[in-house]
This record gives sequence, structure tokens and C-alpha cells, in this order.
Amino acid sequence: MTNQTTAVSTPASTPRSEPLLSVRGVSKYFPGGSSGLLGRRGKPIKAVDGVSFSVEQGQTLGLVGESGCGKSTTGRVISKLLEPTSGEIRFNGRDIAGLKPREMRAYRSEIQMIFQDPFSSLNPRHTVGTIVGAPFRIQGVKPDHGIKAEVQSMMERVGLNPEHYNRYPHEFSGGQRQRIGIARALALRPKLIVCDEPVSALDVSVQAQVVNLLEDLQQEFGVAFVFIAHDLSVVRHIADRVAVMYLGKIMEIADRDTLYSEPLHPYTHALMSAVPVPDPRKERRRERILLTGDLPSPSNPPTGCVFHTRCQKFREELTDVQQDRCRTELPVLTEKTPGHEVYCHFPAPRAGLTDLLKTGVPA
Amino acid sequence: MTTPLLAPAFRADGSKRPFLEVKDLRVHFPTADGLVKSVDGLSFELERGEILGIVGESGSGKSVTSLAILGLHKGSNAMVTGEIWLDGREIVAATEEEVRDLRGSEMGMIFQDPLSSLHPFYSVGTQISEAYLVHTKVSKKDAKAEAIRMLEKVGIPNAPNRYNDYPHQFSGGMRQRAMIAMALICQPQLLIADEPTTALDVTVQAQILELIKELHDELNSAVILITHDLGVVAETCDKVLVMYGGQCVEKGLVDDLFYAPEMPYTWGLLRSMPRMDRDRQTRLTPIPGSPPSLINVPSGCVFNTRCPFTDRVDGDKCRTVHPDLQQGATPGHEVRCHIPTAQRQEIWLTEISPNL
Ligand SMILES: Nc1ncnc2c1ncn2[C@@H]1O[C@H](COP(=O)(O)OP(=O)(O)OP(=O)(O)O)[C@@H](O)[C@H]1O
Ligand SMILES: Nc1ncnc2c1ncn2[C@@H]1O[C@H](COP(=O)(O)OP(=O)(O)O)[C@@H](O)[C@H]1O
Ligand code: SF4
Ligand code: SF4
Ligand SMILES: [Mg+2]
Ligand SMILES: [Mg+2]
Repeated sequence: MTNQTTAVSTPASTPRSEPLLSVRGVSKYFPGGSSGLLGRRGKPIKAVDGVSFSVEQGQTLGLVGESGCGKSTTGRVISKLLEPTSGEIRFNGRDIAGLKPREMRAYRSEIQMIFQDPFSSLNPRHTVGTIVGAPFRIQGVKPDHGIKAEVQSMMERVGLNPEHYNRYPHEFSGGQRQRIGIARALALRPKLIVCDEPVSALDVSVQAQVVNLLEDLQQEFGVAFVFIAHDLSVVRHIADRVAVMYLGKIMEIADRDTLYSEPLHPYTHALMSAVPVPDPRKERRRERILLTGDLPSPSNPPTGCVFHTRCQKFREELTDVQQDRCRTELPVLTEKTPGHEVYCHFPAPRAGLTDLLKTGVPA
Repeated sequence: MTTPLLAPAFRADGSKRPFLEVKDLRVHFPTADGLVKSVDGLSFELERGEILGIVGESGSGKSVTSLAILGLHKGSNAMVTGEIWLDGREIVAATEEEVRDLRGSEMGMIFQDPLSSLHPFYSVGTQISEAYLVHTKVSKKDAKAEAIRMLEKVGIPNAPNRYNDYPHQFSGGMRQRAMIAMALICQPQLLIADEPTTALDVTVQAQILELIKELHDELNSAVILITHDLGVVAETCDKVLVMYGGQCVEKGLVDDLFYAPEMPYTWGLLRSMPRMDRDRQTRLTPIPGSPPSLINVPSGCVFNTRCPFTDRVDGDKCRTVHPDLQQGATPGHEVRCHIPTAQRQEIWLTEISPNL
């Protein structure tokens, strides 16, 4: 590789004080659907609404939350596949939020994406060689020993047989296709890969293979991941830091161990209490926090705290005065302990849940 | 009905048949590439009030099994053999018309993708009332009232108004609940749920599983829950059947399967999942390789191409001799593996369990 080697071998190439990626107050609104006969523009869909987080070099940020909460949109905005409506995205010391596509070119090789669906994210008419080699051609990068040699060594690295260079995606299993996507994303040695549900479509046994591969590659190439998933157990395994999203906003963000041992936000509590664990005795006695109602529409989010229409704490524990506050006053993401930020007026640990997460209920 | 009237509840030997009995079920599909043995010699029993979980990787034959019980292979090119007895009636040999009668009255189903079973051009409510009217002689008005009651029961907010909504106006979780309402309005004695929550968030999954359990308690129905999530099984089921390569490789009570599993494939599944209720592992332990082809099923044990324990079996037996499903450490716990029971228990206790 000619122009990438420095990025690979010197992990400290960004100014020390600044994280690799720093997202400040980023929003993405989609135009609302036209409604009625006059084709009136509806209210904008606030898919992402003022999120802030950062990702350190070589680290993994997990992004979790229910379907439709804005995880993929956040990922696409970071990768600049979508233009943010507002906010700042600092990558490697520079604000890339407003960069024009032409100016983005230099960054394309440094931020890559892996998608959920290993079946539809690969062009069925292209061979593996063409798919994995595409980033070189698009970016005009000429590896030292030629594209084919580079692609084949990458294939080998992700656990594919280099002799399958000329095969087509349909000749591979789901897990192998995901490896092809990983090889393509890694081809240019990016600094950041946004992985959008990369293992959600895979069976557990194959999922574990791919998770291990991603961890190995991170070690080897020092690449940072934004790892989007709705499986909280997988995220706990792979992430260093975790952000929980709901209706376009971050509800809680903390280091992995802090978040999983002492979650403070009622929504995080609900999510964690809902994850089934493979232990029937624990399952029989555990308390599940059932969320009521459906996800509100992101074009018409509730007033005050966006979670109040479904919050079990609001429903069961708060006084009328406190409830009024939830209904009317917008919470802000506030740091409770260093590095642990929560969007809630009344954040607190939840006893039974914390026990289950830390040590498990003794059998 | 062509099935005899008196005999069916009893077997030839005079013993009483369980509510559902599947015996040596085989479902094979002739294809251009060869014969696909999707299900190959599957047997199990289920009583009313029990929930059976069927787990296995994708392509292991779970859905094909459920379609066979529902009689939905009839009229396709599938070659189905064996016996399926439901409440004294045999399904494999029954006519299409006979099973159609059973479906909806005795059997209800919930599929993974609710859009594929809800018609896009009819309102959700109408479809639920229609399902009710097929098997119950009531007025349209009463059917509508019942449908609204069911929609409320499954937690659709504002059900009388949502009755007229079309499927695309419902969210994924609501569609799944509407399907459950449709399956349950006929009070089925057997409910088959094929990956009912796989596409859903954990929060919605928890709601749906709660609903299935609640309604199962109320009707005392038998339930088959197909999933690839062992956590869901632990949460919901009384019994478990593990499928691999079209065969049952282990089955037993839920506690046997989770606290004393004996089959290397089950161990592999348990080991490969990251768990929130345990200390975080530095590294996951996947099952190497990928599932077998069902056209060229491996000779010997189906799992031998991926099994890390073949060296515990004498000679080349794993590769040459197909192990029978035999009783494990406790009655009702059956395992398909050449390693002797005592040695399997030892491996579980010393090598597998401590590292989960
Ligand atoms: N191009 C678009 N036009 C209009 N609305 C959109 C568009 N893309 C996404 N949305 C909306 O923005 C919200 C967030 O969507 P997004 O795809 O980011 O969710 P997600 O968290 O990735 O969900 P999932 O877990 O289902 O993948 C949703 O309400 C979605 O319907
Ligand atoms: N109509 C069909 N024709 C040929 N093969 C089929 C057919 N239906 C299913 N199969 C095959 O049978 C096997 C089991 O499928 P299935 O029961 O759907 O698996 P799962 O356990 O994921 O539900 C798979 O290999 C599948 O490709
Ligand atoms: S602010 Fe109120 S409604 Fe919102 S999460 Fe906190 S307690 Fe619940
Ligand atoms: S029979 Fe052999 S290959 Fe099969 S599970 Fe037992 S040890 Fe493994
Ligand atoms: Mg998404
Ligand atoms: Mg299936």
C-alpha cells in the first residue's frame, strides 16, 4: 500500500487530546411525507435529533436501541452517506459535517461501512475479487503488489479462501458473505468502520465467528468501530463504550462496564430487563419491565422527555409534580459520574436489575 | 373424515396417544441438485398445556417440520412420510380438505413474517373476523366485536378505531400482535409459532412472549415455539428439541437441556452466545465451520464435520456410524452421540459448564 501505511502503523497520528471521531449536536431530519390531497408537506421526521458522542482511535462504540430509533441514520451521517441537517462531525481533527462530496473524497478511504444484510449489500453480478477490489479502483489507490494480490491477502485475512477470488456472492454462506463485506471495508485500511448490524442476520455459532474476526482485525489494524446492534449481549461483548438511543436521541452513554453494571436510565432498564438469558431458573424468577404502547412517531415526538409516554418509572414511581416535569421540561444529557451521561430528570439505579446484571441470580 | 372413530386416541399396543405425536417424520424435496432431506426421522410428543421449543441453526429443518404438522406440504412436491397424530387424527395421510378443517379450529399458527400472512388489501380487523367466521357460526356483528376484543387483548391501543386499518398502517410489533389475535381467536388446541419474535426488538419480543404464555395458560393449549434463540427457550418453554441437519440431536426438559446438556452441538450453541448474566468473556467460542448440506448429509453423525469431540470416540465411528437417539442421564432426556452418557456428563461438568 502506498499512501496508507502511516495510518496503519502509527496509531497516534491524530492530535493526542482529540478523539478520532467527535460528534456534537448532530441532527438528521427527513422531509415529512406529503399528506392530504394538496400534497402538503408533513412535519419533518426527526430521525436523529441532536446526538453527541465520541470514538477514540482503535476503540468500539456500541449503538443500541429499538428499531427506528435512528441508529442506522446516525451511522450513515457519520459515514457521510447522508448529509446531517445540523451539528458538527469532527474526524481526525477536522469538521467534515459540511464538506462537499469532492472534498470528502480524501475521507472516503478512512471511514467505511459494513451492512446488516450480507445478501443484499453485495452486488450479485460481481465476483468477490471485483467487490473487495472496488475501493482501490474508486479511490485510485495502487497497492505495491497490485490489486489482486492485495485483495487475496485480505481475503485470506478474513478467513476466505483466496482461490475463490472469481466466485460470486451467491456461492457463499451468510457468514462468508459478511466476511466479504468486512474485507471490502478493510481494503483501504480505514481508521473507522461503521458496522450496521453486521451479525444480526447470522446464527449464533456463525455470529461468534464474525465477532471474533472483527475483534482480531481491530487489534491488528487499530481501526475504530461504531457497532450498531439491537442485541445488547453482543454489544456488551464487543464495545468499549455504549450509547443507548431512543427516538433520535441518546438516552444514556457510558463505558461498557459502567453501563451494564449500573444503568441509570429507565429506558436502559427496560431494554436490559427484556434480554432473555439462557438460564431457565433465572428466567422463572426475573422481573421484566414491559414497555407499554408503541414507539411514538419521530415526526411528532412527545413533549418534555421523549420517553415519558412509555416510561415505567414515570407511570409507577413519580409524583404528580415530578410527572409534570417529565411532560414539560426537556431533559439534557447530563454527566452523572465521569464519562456516564444520562438524559433523564430522575436517573437512578434499579435494584433488582443491577443484581441480575452484575452477578446473576444465584441458582 | 376417513380416520376411524374409536381407535385413534390409542396406539396399536393399547397405550393412549399423547395430544400430539410426531413419529419418524421425513420431509424430502426432490430438486435439480439432488434430494434435499430437510427433515429426516423426527419424533416427539407433546401434551396439552406444554410448550415445546424447537431450536437449531437456519436450514436445520425447523420450518419444514412446522409446515408438515400444519399439513401445508400437501399439494407441493414435498415427499412426506411418517405419522403425525393430533388429538387422535393422523395428518400425514389425511386429505388436504381434512387438514384445512383442523387448521384454524384445532391448530393456529404465527409465522416469522406477519406481512406474508396478512393480506395487504383487507383491513386487519376484517381478516381477524373472517378467520373467526370460518369456524364459528355467529353474526358478522358478533364476529367484529370478538375481533376487537382480541385486538384489545393483544394490546393494540384504541382497537375499535384500528380495526379498519390495513396491515401497512401497523408497526412490525403491532402486525405480529394482530397475527397472534388472528391465531388465537379460534382458540386453537395447538399453537405453532415459527420464529414469532426473531425480527423484533427485545422489548416487543418480551411483550409477545408474555402474550403467548398468558393465552396458553388460559386455553391450556399445546404450543410449539420455533426459535434459534436459547434465551427465548429458557424463558418460555417446558421442553426443548434441538435440531441439526434435519434430525433431532437432543431433546428433554428445559432444565435438562440447560443444566445438563449432553450433545456436543448443544454445548456449541451454549458456548457461542455472549451472555449478559455472566462475566464478560474476553473471547467467544464459535462452532467452527458451517452447517451441513442436506443433499449430501455427512455419513455417520451429522455433526461430525464440526464436532470438536470426535477424538473421544473410538476409531472412526463418528464418521461411519449414525448414532441413535438414546436416553441420556435421566428418563425423557434423549441424545444422539456415540460418547457414553457418563463421559458426556463428565465433559459437561469439567470442560464446558465452567467456561460458560
Ligand atoms: N430516507 C428517509 N426518509 C424518511 N424517513 C426516514 C428515512 N430514513 C429513515 N427514516 C426514518 O428515520 C427513523 C430512524 O431510522 P433508522 O433507519 O435510522 O432506524 P434504526 O435505528 O437503524 O432502526 P432499525 O433497528 O430498524 O434498523 C425511522 O423513523 C425511519 O422511518
Ligand atoms: N420447497 C423446498 N424445496 C427444496 N428445499 C427446501 C424447500 N423448503 C425448504 N427446503 C430446505 O430444507 C431445509 C430446512 O429448511 P427450513 O425448515 O426452512 O429451515 P429452518 O430450520 O431455518 O426453518 C433447508 O436446507 C431448505 O433450503
Ligand atoms: S425524565 Fe421522566 S419520563 Fe423521562 S426517562 Fe426520566 S423519569 Fe422517565
Ligand atoms: S457422535 Fe461423534 S461427531 Fe457426533 S456429536 Fe458425538 S462425538 Fe461429536
Ligand atoms: Mg437500522
Ligand atoms: Mg425457518
